[in-house]
Amino acid sequence: MTFSQTGSGLQVSGLTLEAGGTVLVEDASFSLRAGELVALLGPNGAGKTTLLRGAIGLAARSAGQARIDGRDTAEMPPRWRARLLAYLPQNRPLAWPNPVRDVVALGRFSHGAALGRLRGADRDAVERALAACDLDELAGRSTATLSGGELARVHCARAFAAEAPLLIADEPVAELDPYHQFRVMDLIRAFVDAGGGALVVLHDVMLARRYSTRLIWMKDGRIVADGPPAETLTATRLAEIYGVRGRVEGARVEIEGPL
Amino acid sequence: MRPGRTSAFPALAGLTLASMAALFAACLLGSTPMEAERVLAALLGRGGAGDQLVVVHIRLPRALTAFAVGAALGASGAALQGLLRNPLAEPGVLGVSAVASLGATGALYYGFAALSAWAMPTAAIAGALAGTGLIALAALRTASAVTLILIGVGLSSFAGAAMNLLMNLAPNPFSLADMVNWMLGSVANRSFLDLAFAAPFLVVGLVILFTARRGLSALTLGEEAASGVGLNLARQRLLVVLGTGFATGAAVALAGVIGFVGIVAPHIVRPLVDHDPARSLLPSALLAGLILVLADIGVRLVPTVSELKLGVVAALIGAPAFIWIAMQRRTVHD
Repeated sequence: MTFSQTGSGLQVSGLTLEAGGTVLVEDASFSLRAGELVALLGPNGAGKTTLLRGAIGLAARSAGQARIDGRDTAEMPPRWRARLLAYLPQNRPLAWPNPVRDVVALGRFSHGAALGRLRGADRDAVERALAACDLDELAGRSTATLSGGELARVHCARAFAAEAPLLIADEPVAELDPYHQFRVMDLIRAFVDAGGGALVVLHDVMLARRYSTRLIWMKDGRIVADGPPAETLTATRLAEIYGVRGRVEGARVEIEGPL
Repeated sequence: MRPGRTSAFPALAGLTLASMAALFAACLLGSTPMEAERVLAALLGRGGAGDQLVVVHIRLPRALTAFAVGAALGASGAALQGLLRNPLAEPGVLGVSAVASLGATGALYYGFAALSAWAMPTAAIAGALAGTGLIALAALRTASAVTLILIGVGLSSFAGAAMNLLMNLAPNPFSLADMVNWMLGSVANRSFLDLAFAAPFLVVGLVILFTARRGLSALTLGEEAASGVGLNLARQRLLVVLGTGFATGAAVALAGVIGFVGIVAPHIVRPLVDHDPARSLLPSALLAGLILVLADIGVRLVPTVSELKLGVVAALIGAPAFIWIAMQRRTVHD
């Protein structure tokens, strides 16, 4: 994988988002830099997706900033922003049964690529992304014929094809079997090892522990902790965030049941 | 086929040739029997003045009108389907044609149409823009195509009722007949002048749609991910609303309501262009134009007492096709 670098990564400060008078995210600050794989953890309704959308500039904020290299994501032209940050939303519908290669090529939209006439850098980036996600064999297949695990890899390849230095993925392993969860996380880790920076919403604490360099914990619209797994992942935190009883021994995490 | 280079070219070339053949065939038909050589000579500017009048000024504009109306509806249908990510979207189904038709009928009723040749296209386009704008507004609130189509049903019913009201109040049988003719949809007796007044709007609409086509591909991923890959969603919606508004309005100004061709043509085209909405635009326009030219030939070949209306025939064939396409859909998530 190749991509341009950002100097400072993504810097989010004091982000607040509201909807219909309800505060969904309050005063959230965090950063995402190259070489980091950050897991965003929190119960359903904690405001994770809202925070991501606010950080990317897709949702209107009532306060705060989110900058990449000094420019606010909300003020960047969408195509410019997309070259710096790839986004894998939680819902990943595919409206038409396109061939896999075409869906991956949509990742090159911000570079001006048009489906069916990929040239030069666009074609190379698409081929690299297909290869990185082990999709060479499936490139010509209709997405309507793929399994959930194969589709997850297609969406990853679509995000990687942009060759943006940052990746934000909202529950990329939801509804996948354990093998494919590892597979997708391996792909994201490869992206980070190649110099990218990834922020990933996860619900599986063990997966987060295994893959992340840093964990951001959210509850009730606020970021309550942000740090390396060894420091922030504790039994007390599991109880506080999720209301579950768990045991943490080194790299081993065991969730035993509700409190 | 090289990877990443699936071309729409063979489909486009075939459709262009077929369209030209159909346009020529349409010029062979009429109350004066004329052999192909004489028609060809007249089209090429040779032959007698009588032949030229019949072929160039009566038959050709009718055939070209059918083609232009089809092209506008085919491209509008393909664009709306791309925007709403649903193969059942079309100006007719979404009520846009009906509201445009209400505009045109209003222009007839209030006598504006007699005052200026621009009145008809302007009123139809104003109606089309209002209808498309309303659908796009509704699309902001709901992701459900079913809801949008139901809103289209409501729009159609309202526009139909308002048109019935206008007919009810029609001052004389002539304006009533005018309005009925409009609502049934026809390209009979159209002149180059009619085409000239609608053409600028039609061309502007098609150009807008073609500039917005790459965004339609991106919308394959859904609106959220499409924004993520760099699509300006608000601008994309506006462009498709304006483009379909102008194109559909111009089509309705030319021919009244012609339904379903905007669904059928893209449905046939889609598998040929790898289901890419952007690449389906041009072939859908050509195929819909071809279909209407052929249907208008059919209308004249069927031996009936009074000539069948193109809009009636289009609906008789198109509505069952619409039902069939709807029944093929098995998705549960819209």
